Formats: sequence, structure tokens, C-alpha cells
Amino acid sequence: MGYKSWGGDMNASAGARMPHEGDKDAARACLRLPGLERCVRGTLGRGRRAARAPLGAGPSRGNAGSRRKWGSCPAARPRQGWGPGAASAVVRSGRPDAVPDPMPTPPPESAARGNSRVPGMVLKAFFPTCCASADSGLLVGRWVPEQTSAVVLAVVHFPFIPIQVKELLARVQQASQVGVAVLGTWCHRRQDAEESLGHFLEGLGAIFSHEPWLQLCRERGSKFWSCKATRRQAPTCPGAPGEDQVMLVFYDQRKVLLSQLHPPVALPDHQAGDAVAGAGGLAAVFDTVARSEELFRSDRFDEGPVRLSHWQSEGVEASILAELAKRASGPICLLLGGLLSLVSAASACRVLQLWPLSFIWSKLSTCEQLRHRLEQLTFVFSTQKAENPTQLMRKANVLVSVLLDVALGLALLSWLHGKDRIGHLAEALVPVADHVAEELQHLLQWLMGAPAGLKMNRALDQVLGRFFLYHLHLWISYIHLMSPFIERILWHVGLSACLGLTVALSILSDIIALLTFHIYCFYVYGARLYCLKICGLSSLWRLFRGKKWNVLRQRVDSCSYDLDQLFIGTLLFTILLFLLPTTALYYLVFTLLRLLVVAVQGLIHVLVDLINSLPLYSLGLRLCRPYRLAAGVKFRVLEHEADRPLRLLMQINPLPFSHVIRTYRLPSCGCHPTHSWGSLCRKLFFGELIYPWRQKGDKRD
Amino acid sequence: MEDEQSFSDICGGRLALQRRYYSPSCREFCISCPRLSLRSLTAVTCTVWLAAYGLFTLCENSIILSAAIFITLLGLLGYLHFVKIDQETLLIIDSLGIQMTSSYASGKESTTFIEMGKVKDVIINEGIYMQKVIYYLCILLKDPVEPHGISQVVPVFQSAKPRLDCLIEVYRSCQEVLAHQKATSASP
Repeated sequence: MGYKSWGGDMNASAGARMPHEGDKDAARACLRLPGLERCVRGTLGRGRRAARAPLGAGPSRGNAGSRRKWGSCPAARPRQGWGPGAASAVVRSGRPDAVPDPMPTPPPESAARGNSRVPGMVLKAFFPTCCASADSGLLVGRWVPEQTSAVVLAVVHFPFIPIQVKELLARVQQASQVGVAVLGTWCHRRQDAEESLGHFLEGLGAIFSHEPWLQLCRERGSKFWSCKATRRQAPTCPGAPGEDQVMLVFYDQRKVLLSQLHPPVALPDHQAGDAVAGAGGLAAVFDTVARSEELFRSDRFDEGPVRLSHWQSEGVEASILAELAKRASGPICLLLGGLLSLVSAASACRVLQLWPLSFIWSKLSTCEQLRHRLEQLTFVFSTQKAENPTQLMRKANVLVSVLLDVALGLALLSWLHGKDRIGHLAEALVPVADHVAEELQHLLQWLMGAPAGLKMNRALDQVLGRFFLYHLHLWISYIHLMSPFIERILWHVGLSACLGLTVALSILSDIIALLTFHIYCFYVYGARLYCLKICGLSSLWRLFRGKKWNVLRQRVDSCSYDLDQLFIGTLLFTILLFLLPTTALYYLVFTLLRLLVVAVQGLIHVLVDLINSLPLYSLGLRLCRPYRLAAGVKFRVLEHEADRPLRLLMQINPLPFSHVIRTYRLPSCGCHPTHSWGSLCRKLFFGELIYPWRQKGDKRD
Repeated sequence: MEDEQSFSDICGGRLALQRRYYSPSCREFCISCPRLSLRSLTAVTCTVWLAAYGLFTLCENSIILSAAIFITLLGLLGYLHFVKIDQETLLIIDSLGIQMTSSYASGKESTTFIEMGKVKDVIINEGIYMQKVIYYLCILLKDPVEPHGISQVVPVFQSAKPRLDCLIEVYRSCQEVLAHQKATSASP
């Protein structure tokens, strides 16, 4: 009972508190509820017995029923002499005269015994909305005993031959490994109430025995349905027919069939028989519908022996095109896969793995991107069939992202090659590089004077400044030497955009790295000098305190120095300390410049990563067909009337966009910056070099 | 059956609790917060625009004014669509599950459905919120690995934050349904 488990939770969850009066009330409610349940059950049971009484009294009422022609079987002729044994007889509606009463007449004490039963679990009938307007017939579906829920999959119409229905069900069961059975009857009253039909449908329970036997009925002109579930042998008290409370849950068969639940349930393999029971709760419903695709194959207009009503697709449009594509995809994949394997074999060639080349390959982001693109294409065009929906989705995502990338690249290509934009770009590039060099020259001259009013060590300042100026001069002459070829180089680089925008962006990043090589050099010189000073200062500071670094033990030991050692050490310490600001200023300025370049490269890298890893197909699917990617379900309570079963509408709850991206993110080429902000600042302070790319020997923080 | 009562939230604001009993096994509780008041909307808009006008008189750049208009419009849209929750609904269905829906002021609805198989219990818990201790209703989820453990605590009515008297009403009804559920699942 409620408050008992509540007490258990008090121990389990620290901090769960509740005033005592609430507990008492919950307990009282528990005591009250079964009584209510009993009362409802009692009235239902009585009502049914009363309804059955005339049927047991005599078969004479059947003639009245047979007069009414109903629905899809106008040729209903009374025929005598069939029963459960004559299975080949055609079952038509409206002939209850020959139906033997399958229900044993309830013994008079059954009402009392029924009352003593514990209230049964609410029976949930999942009913497809597409069958709501179907003609009367049999309900075909699966019974999930663990959750006392019946998943209705289709409606079999009159007339049918019972043996053929059973054959069909056996066939479906074999194909789908789902325990499909006849769950009950469906009665759609179009004309005025036909009393006889109800008895007739009740009688069908004898042919298709199922526990419990569902009886759904839709009245004409009424939104509310009546629904009964009859158990002939309740396991707790045999012999007492009981009726359960029924809850009708409508679902859209198409959406449930096509949707994919997230996170995916680990399904047992199909050989394990009717093993979907392992999938708990509503996943079982989804799985049942998804597996019974075999049942939905039959067409509405087929003249088969059994006529079914269920969801069916509106026919595949342009099926010739689809068929051609399906046929052609195999050879094309084979061909492209062969070409790709050739390319990858060429790239794995021994000559390209020699030392200087392999070093360059590892540093250029273009190579990284090309390798990634090759992997993507190999994955897409592999002839292996995707095993599960996740892999299929991944393939589609990769394909769409490659296609989008190439389309963007082609757009860039056409933009670049139209109106001689490459020429303009090349003409603009050299002056820009010149301008940057000029600005750097100004900066160096500023540093060689008294930058920001600081008084530097003049001699060291001059030496450093001249050194950097000479380097800059070398760089400018190099650029001018290059300038005649830049246009041609750019033209060829522009062609690479047809491999995709990401490749073009990677090349741009590499070009920026090459054009700002002087900044990189300045940074390295500055950092090395600064690092030297910091290291010298730290070791001399230890000497100053009478300690030294013990290399063997990796620790600081105390040490007694001689007087001259101490003197020299202190002198050097003083010199280094006074020269430090000059070096530090140069280091600071060039580090800032370097960080600027690294930031631009990082931005390009983030853009490339975004194009590479965005699951575009999944996002498009979520946008256009929200039910395909389901996070779960949601229920809506439909209009309700007292004494009628509760009606719920089950809708698909689509996966939020953030989850879609998180679930279907594609792996990017994986050169993320490895250091955190803290380690970056530490490295900057101690003058260690920072790189935008990952180094192999780098320790992970 | 449907009735409506008015309660107050932890800050003293008015809340309306609607209870709908569809059947003994299906109940719905709906807590509605007061709508966005015209006064606060006017106050915020006026503040932003006055500040923008002050800046405009200082630097004589009309971009500031248009930026202020856009910021107010976008801010209002974002507030209505992502922040302001008008109604929170708890739907408990016996042997099926518990569903929580929050409807935003713009009409957007976000729904979470928890299957009854995963629900361990519904309790009222105490928590520290800003500088005070408040009560809140929450759903305990079973740990799939360990049957007696709790894997997650899902708070209900997160934005409305009703007071204890309102929570007790909801709690009692939920416990009635849960007790029935436990009784039936224990003796099938």
C-alpha cells in the first residue's frame, strides 16, 4: 500500500519529508478505493448477465437478426449446421441463430465471488485511428500480458472463413515473430442498433479463443465507444467470468510504424521467438507495430480470402525511378568503392611516408581534412548493408554532409572563377602582406624606443630590434620573389574547392599559416629567450636561498655553496632580473600577434568541424517528419462521458533538436585543441611554445 | 468531475489549481500562473527605451534607437517562447504513466511522459531555493539495475512553485492512484 512504500522511501531517499497527516490520508484513500472498484465491477457483471439471458433461452430470436442486411455482406443467407467444428464455413454477420452459446451460464454465486476478487489491472486497448471507420469484424493484434495491454493491428472484415484467418495469422506470426492473434470483435453500428449482431459477435469467441476477449463497439452518431473485456476463466477464481476496466488508447499506425524510439531499446534477436516481451512498456507497443509490417502488406483492393483494414501507404510515387536507383546503387557503390580503395592505397604508399614528408603531412590541416573526406566516402560507398537504423542514419548523415559540402565548394568555385576574382585577390594579397610587414616594422621601431614610456635596457633592446628587423626584411623580399606566381597558385588552390568547402577552408588556414610564418618565427625567438631567462632566474633564485635542484631525486635539496659561487650566482641573477622586462615586452607583443593568428585559424577550424559533424539528414528529418525520431509518447485525454471507457490519444513526442545533434553527431577529424585555459595560461607564463595542432608527445591534462 | 481552487506560490503570487477526474484511474492537475501583466511589460519597455534615448542624446547616433526597438521585440518573443510558462499540467494515468506538460505563453508545449514501470513513488521533498527552503513535489524513478535504488528525482511544477497546501492536494490524489496501481500489480 501507498504509505508502506512511502516509509521505505524515507530510508532510501534522504531528505524526503512529509507531514504525517498526508500519510494517513493516503492510507485511507487506499482503503477506500477497492470498494469503489468492487461497486463498478458488480454493476457491469450484472448487466452482462442480463444481456446474455435471452440468448441462452432460445435460438428463435435469430430470425429477426437475419432479416437485417448489414454492411459489406448483402448476400447473408441463413445457413444451418455450422459450428466451431465446421471451420471451413464462411462466417457472415447477422446470423446468430446457429451460434451456440459459448459462455457457460454463470453460477448464481459468481457475483459474490466476483466481489471478493482483487481489482484487476486496467486493460489498455491500443487501437489504430485508421480502423475507427472500418466495418465490423474481428480485431487482430497482440496481447501483452505483462502490461495487460492489447495492441490492435488490424480489423478482419466479414465474410471470412475462420481457417483462412488462422492461416494468415500463422503466416504473419512466422514472418514477424510476433504473437499475433484474434483479440476480440469490433462492431461498427451504422444503422440502428442491431441486438443480434452483438450476440453473434460474442459467439465468435468460441472459434477464436482468447483470454480476455475484447468487445469493442462504436455506436452510430455517438463519439463514445463501448468496450468490454471478458475473461472466461480468471486465474484467481476459476469459473467466475470477470470484466476488466478498459482504457482505449488511439494511436496513429503509420507514425508508430515509422518512428524510431530514442534511446533505442536493445532488442533481442529475431530468432528468439516472441521475445519482444523484454522491451518494457510502450517500447513493446512500438516494436509490435514495427515488426508486423508483414500484416500491412496486403492491399485494400486485393481480392484475397481475408479482407483486412489497417494503415496502408498511398502507393509509392515514381516507383520506376526508385527501382532504377535501387538497381543502380549496387554497381555504382562497387565502382566508387574500388576507386576509393585505389586512392587510399596510393596515399599509403611508402614514398610518402618518408621523414620530411610525413612531418609536413601531419602539420597541414589540408591533409588531415582530405584523409577525413576519404574515410567518409569509403564509409558511404561501402557495399556492406547497414545493420541497424543508427548506422543507416549515420550513412545518410555523412552522405548529406558531403553533398552539402561539395555544393558549397562548387558555389565558391563558381564565385571565384567568375569575373576574374582570383586575379583581384592575388593583386590584393601582396599589398596586404606588405602592409602587415610595414606595420610590424613600425611596431619594432616603437619597441626599440621607449614603448609606453617604459625605460628598457637600451643595448639589449637595440640588438633584439635589429635582429627582428633583419628577419622582417628577409620575409618581405621572399614575398616579392613569390608575387608573380601567387595568382597561379591561387587558381589551382581554387580548383580544390570542388572537393568541398571544408577542403578549401583548410587550404585557406594553411595559407594563413604560411603567410604569417614571420610572426611565428618572432614568437618562437621571443619565447625561447624568455624561457631561458625564466629558467635561469628560477635556478639562480634557488641558489640565492642556498638550495639546488636534485636531478636524480627530482626534488629541491639544500646545498652549501662556496662564497665565490654565491657571488657569481647573485651577480648573474641581478643581471637577468634587470634584463627580464625588455625580453618580456618583446615576448608579450609577439605572443599577442601569434594568438591573433591562432584565433583566426581556430575559427576556420571550428567552421570546418561544424560542416563535418553536423547531422544534417537527421535534422531535416526532425524538421519535416517530426514523428520519425521519437523521444517518447504523449497522451491527450479525449472527451469523456461517465460509464464509458476512458479514451486517450497517443501522440509521438518528437526528439528535441539538441538531442538530435547529440545523438547523431558525426565524428570530426579530431584535431581539437587539447589544452584547457589554465594550462594555456601556464604555458604562456613560462614561455613554452603553443601550437594550434595537437602534438604527439603532448601530455593530456 | 472538475473543480478549481486558488492557492499561492512561494512568493505569494496567485495560482489556480484545476483538478479533473476523468475516471478513478486517470486524473489531471493543472496549475495556471497569472498571465504576463501589462504593467511589468510597459515598465521594462519604457526603461529600455528611455535608456536608449539617453544614449542617443549623448552620442547622436540613431542606430541605438533602432537597436533598442529590436532588442525589446526579440527579448519579448524569446521571453514568451522560452521562459514564461503559463500552465503546468500533471496527468496521472493508472498503469500507464505520469505525464508532465508545460505550456509556454507563446503556445509551445513541452511534454515528458514517464511510464508507470519506471515510477517508484511520488513524494514531497524539501529543497533549498535561493535563500529559503521550499517544498516541491517530485517523482522518484526506479533504478533499472538496482530495484530498491533511485536513479533520478524529477521535480514537478518547477516554474509555478506552489506552496505546501497545494502540493498536499496533488500528492494525495497521486497516492490514491499509485496505491491502486501497486495493489493490482502485486496481485495480478
